[in-house]
Amino acid sequence: MREPVEAFGLSYAFGTGRLARRVLRDLDITVHRGEIVLLTGPSGSGKTTLLTLVGALRAVQLGSCAVLGRELAGVTDAERVAIRRRIGFIFQDHQLLDFLTARQNVAMALEHDKASGEADRMRRAIDMLSAVGLGHCMDLRPAQLSGGQRQRVAIARALVRDPDLLLADEPTAALDRQSGGEVMDLVSGLARERGLAVFIVTHDSRILGVADRILSMEDGQIGQPAMCREY
Amino acid sequence: MFACVLVLMQLGFRAALFASATALPQAMQGELFLINPLTTALFRAEPIPRVRAYQALAVPEVAQAVPIYLAQEPWRNPETGTHRAIQIIGFDAQAGAIAFPGLAPLAAALTRRDAVAFDARSRPEFGDITRLLAERGSLKAQLGDRQVEVVGTVQLGASFAADGNVVMTETNFRRLIPESRASDAALIALRLTRGADVAQVHNRLTKLLPPDVKVVTHAELVEWERRYWDQQTPIGIIFAFGSLMGLMVGMVIVYQILFTDVCSHLRGYATLKALGFSHRYLQLVVLGEALILACLGFLPGLALSAVLYRFVGRASYLPLELTSDRCVAVFAMILTMCVVAGLLALRKLRDADPASVF
Repeated sequence: MREPVEAFGLSYAFGTGRLARRVLRDLDITVHRGEIVLLTGPSGSGKTTLLTLVGALRAVQLGSCAVLGRELAGVTDAERVAIRRRIGFIFQDHQLLDFLTARQNVAMALEHDKASGEADRMRRAIDMLSAVGLGHCMDLRPAQLSGGQRQRVAIARALVRDPDLLLADEPTAALDRQSGGEVMDLVSGLARERGLAVFIVTHDSRILGVADRILSMEDGQIGQPAMCREY
Repeated sequence: MFACVLVLMQLGFRAALFASATALPQAMQGELFLINPLTTALFRAEPIPRVRAYQALAVPEVAQAVPIYLAQEPWRNPETGTHRAIQIIGFDAQAGAIAFPGLAPLAAALTRRDAVAFDARSRPEFGDITRLLAERGSLKAQLGDRQVEVVGTVQLGASFAADGNVVMTETNFRRLIPESRASDAALIALRLTRGADVAQVHNRLTKLLPPDVKVVTHAELVEWERRYWDQQTPIGIIFAFGSLMGLMVGMVIVYQILFTDVCSHLRGYATLKALGFSHRYLQLVVLGEALILACLGFLPGLALSAVLYRFVGRASYLPLELTSDRCVAVFAMILTMCVVAGLLALRKLRDADPASVF
């Protein structure tokens, strides 16, 4: 069985011709099932670009990138959309929809689950919000929540459809130490509980402790990993 | 809403134009009519020889041939003394060639010397004749160079060609306009015997009569008049163009609303794409918004138009009527307009890049 993320010889450039700027250079990376991988590096090193390629948010240009057993190179837009539905995303600034309540924001992630009805989707959203400790806030809108609470809603949204892979970009950047710690404890707890592969891009040294493996990226290439735990 | 009101008003004016212009031919009672082929519109009809009426009577199925005379003369307002041109319709009222509401009871009285019936739906500049008649019982008025007796009122209505109407017999018409010739009628109404085949009589008359008259059915006469106003005056095209402009402006407004909405929620759309919503799904969301705008704009637009129809109809003395056919047609136009605007706004949705959310 293939690992959730297997990329070999992955390269990516912005622009074309003489103006092309290469941000990923012949990169190899694997994320194992149930593993938490942190990716650090200076700004402009290509971390976010790698995350968007793994998340099927961009088309692969050169190399191979297989996510959840599916090769992304050469697939159509519709196929990329289908793969995204099996991935959970946590964005830096939550990206919740302001006009929806917490419950509606989470339930929205289940919109393309045709097998379940409206009532079932709402129930799953409520259960997930309770799991992240926000059972009492489900009818509040994002503006009525604290930064940490919004990020928890984002986590609930990412996990409600039981993804096999979780991608997070600076999930604690906008949070204080305590909130950041709580969020990462939640992510790592749920990840291990569900056997999720987690790939996090971060500059936040406060959260390095949750990682199984820490990768450092510079100039589009990944250096030697620091293993925190044997995997 | 703006587009809905504009289009409904333009189409309403256009329909009122045609309704008022064709009110006179609509009121005519014959199955067939003789008109001069050079006539473009009844308000300036080319004369046809009266003898054609007698020739038409040679066909056994033609029971009556009633010449109708039309002219315009100045009417003096009995109260203010101001003069204004009024349309005069002269014919044998007892023959029943034209049926205006209120005419039948006056048919006998109209045979009196210088007797006229006044169109109560004429513009108020001619005077409040209905009130004056009610107050005084009888009313003398000046029409052209003659003093006439107003014996009652009929209902016809003003139009773009005539601000008002008076009805009189053929004899009184010739008294009023001595230079008019009995031989020159504007048109001749033919009433057929019961059970007569209109198409057959039409063919026989066409073969029988010389080419200086054209035989037309009632529907063709009405269409003849309508076509003049639609195609030979700028009025028809102006209202049609006004409707089109209303739709174009409405489309631009809806497009701006949708475009601004997509722009202001671009990040949200990008997030939805990242979460696995397809571009097609989001396109349907935008088009759904367009349809909602159509409905939200149409309903208040319709309500406002109903109010404006009543107000403008009373002020202009035109028969402005909000028909269900027109409402359905305008709703279809508004829907189409909004869908087109939505389709144009979809282009902006392409800028919602899910990769930009990271």
